[in-house]
Amino acid sequence: MKRRDFLKGCLACGATASVCGMSKKAWSAGSFEGYPEAMGVLVDLTRCIGCRSCEAACNKEQKLPEPTTSFADQSVFSEKRRPTEYAYTVVNKYDTQKGPVFRKIQCNHCNEPACLTSCFVNAYTKTKEGAVTYNGKICVGCRNCMIACPFNVPGYSYSSAFNALVKKCIFCHETRLKEGNPPACVEVCPQEVLTFGYRKDLIKMAHERIREMPDKYVDHVYGEKEVGGTGWIYLSGVTFDQVGFDTTLGNEPIISNVKEFLGTVPMVLSIWPALFTGFHLLATKNKGHHDDHSNSHQEDSHK
Amino acid sequence: MLSVRNWLIGGIAALMLYLVPLDCRGAGVPEKITIDSLAQYYEAVTFNHSQHINLLKDCADCHHHTTGTLFEDRNCVRCHRNSGETKNVACKACHSATPFSAATLKQRDPQMYHYDKPGLKGAYHLSCVGCHEKNGGPTGCEDCHARNKAGNALYNAGEFTPKNTGGKSGHH
Repeated sequence: MKRRDFLKGCLACGATASVCGMSKKAWSAGSFEGYPEAMGVLVDLTRCIGCRSCEAACNKEQKLPEPTTSFADQSVFSEKRRPTEYAYTVVNKYDTQKGPVFRKIQCNHCNEPACLTSCFVNAYTKTKEGAVTYNGKICVGCRNCMIACPFNVPGYSYSSAFNALVKKCIFCHETRLKEGNPPACVEVCPQEVLTFGYRKDLIKMAHERIREMPDKYVDHVYGEKEVGGTGWIYLSGVTFDQVGFDTTLGNEPIISNVKEFLGTVPMVLSIWPALFTGFHLLATKNKGHHDDHSNSHQEDSHK
Repeated sequence: MLSVRNWLIGGIAALMLYLVPLDCRGAGVPEKITIDSLAQYYEAVTFNHSQHINLLKDCADCHHHTTGTLFEDRNCVRCHRNSGETKNVACKACHSATPFSAATLKQRDPQMYHYDKPGLKGAYHLSCVGCHEKNGGPTGCEDCHARNKAGNALYNAGEFTPKNTGGKSGHH
């Protein structure tokens, strides 16, 4: 076999393999709409009174450190907070034309989590119950997930110099969700802002509330479709951009931005070694016979 | 002929009496109700029922259709325009104390209209706080609930108020 034919063959094989690979498996991830029995929480912002009971319950349930001020302290609403290693959930206050609106922030437990996608050690898991959990023993503290998360949720244990880890809400998976029980924040909420149930039922419930009280709610269930759907979904009386939600995220899962590129990685790993080994063998084949090589070189150049 | 008219009058009177809510007839309406479903964190709340009856007049404001009064919420009249009074009008008769437990969720029927019924705690607070906000009633947590020791521990309040401020356990 002539070298030129071999090279042509290699290229043809590579191209075919990559096309086959593309059409078959790698892109199926975009259609995943969550586990059928996944749980979720419907958050009705029109009900929240900003009592911060959810923050207190989370602090105790997750055995987080003592807060700087009491959870009965309302002065924290003077600034917009985000979840940290000390608080997996925080409530912020927004002044709107419909009066003050309180909004609880925590991990939204995406159907297709960007944090999980970005994690190269597989520290994250989307459990069949719907929680996005993480394994601190595997986490290397690279903080890719913090950049990937469209909701700016994961916190980081900056306080620890040697064992810095990502920290976030895990839907009380270990202590409650696994047994089918609601997370601590849901249980403590006095106003039933938080409704726990099967995600598929909560979506129906949310639309039913809008239908029955069209003057009370804006006609949008945030999280039903955003970034491929989230486990925690929201109802609001004011447009979502007024209460700190990012309404520019679109409905495509974050993984869609990278899966075409990532889909080529297995192809590269499986084909390139063979391809370049072939190149290498050909390039070194006639190393011992210098004359032959120069002859063939001349031959080539004559053509 | 006369007897027929008497019967008719008697019947109408009985019907009207039936339509008058129970509490207006003064039968078995508690003056005060002790609510202790949050006893884990709070002292029991003594709810002054008669005071609220005097303030609201219409039982339906809290009891929906269960006391048999006619009311006009467009979402309720579809079924409850004339559904009469129910045997038990207490909040806890319909609103579950554990609305999200695994057992309750299993029993829930998504086809049922009242699928989205708040739990007992949610029903109390949504009803009470909603009305208090509209009508100038007290709305602060401790206006109605005195925290006990476990409650103070939960909220890091009272004797559990954090002492070191600006320490390493800051929120920021």
